Amino acid sequence: MILLTRKAEFSSAHYYWNEAWSKEENERVFGRCANKNGHGHNYTLEVTVAGEVDPVSGFVVDLKELKEILQREVVGVYDHRHLNLEVPEFAARTGMIPTTENIAIAIWGRLEGKIPGAKLHRVRVYEMVDLFADYYGEL
Amino acid sequence: MAGLAQIARQSAGPRAYLTRRYRLSASHRLHSEAYSEEENKAVYGKCNNPHGHGHNYGIEVTVGGPVNVETGMVCDLVELDGFAQTNLLRRFDQKNLNTLDEFHEVVPTTENLTREVYRIFQDFRGARVARIRIEETGNNSFKYGEELGKG
Repeated sequence: MILLTRKAEFSSAHYYWNEAWSKEENERVFGRCANKNGHGHNYTLEVTVAGEVDPVSGFVVDLKELKEILQREVVGVYDHRHLNLEVPEFAARTGMIPTTENIAIAIWGRLEGKIPGAKLHRVRVYEMVDLFADYYGEL
Repeated sequence: MAGLAQIARQSAGPRAYLTRRYRLSASHRLHSEAYSEEENKAVYGKCNNPHGHGHNYGIEVTVGGPVNVETGMVCDLVELDGFAQTNLLRRFDQKNLNTLDEFHEVVPTTENLTREVYRIFQDFRGARVARIRIEETGNNSFKYGEELGKG
């Protein structure tokens, strides 16, 4: 078994807000991240897949195909968007708060089962170079 | 998608890991009282220089656990940063590691530093420390703790 990692980048806006809480409670817990005008990051996504090496192609997955899947499923949906306002899984009331952890979980949900010949192993999302979240599909 | 969002709002959210990277600059000298002077030189080479030398360590602290359903977070980052500031950076940053109590009995190799940082973060109450990874230089790194993604 080989692990293969592909990177992609997207730049998005977000804010943290729990609709069940008062404004004061949101500001106390989330601090500056609760500013409803939003703020943004250059996110770096690392998707690691696990699989056997095809004896003919020598590939675990076709990287071009993986790149296209990441583009279609994630980058095309998140890049230069406001996550809270434009991406359904982070919509107010029905969605998750777009923290780094939840972005990794949501990306797992977008990619799982869509990569031919390989199993999703890890989704890593860097919000900044000194902060990142990992999700391994653990419920 | 809706399935995962739904799970994340239940009391036991999916398990994820959060890694925070800190910088720490310190000096050390690798020298063991158990070795003779010649043996120290043979084992530690230039790291045995009596005057010591230093590194800009990159310290990665990984905490793991269920994502809190109300905050979307594994742990409060402000709490983690505060703990790191008090218990790691204030004690170790801009210091000579050999002069610290933690390294009186053990040589301040980055292996031992990694285990010590892991031990320190076991006292963090905001989330469970899963792993410590330390880059001594761009060419050397050390990991201690659990294998991630194994429950």
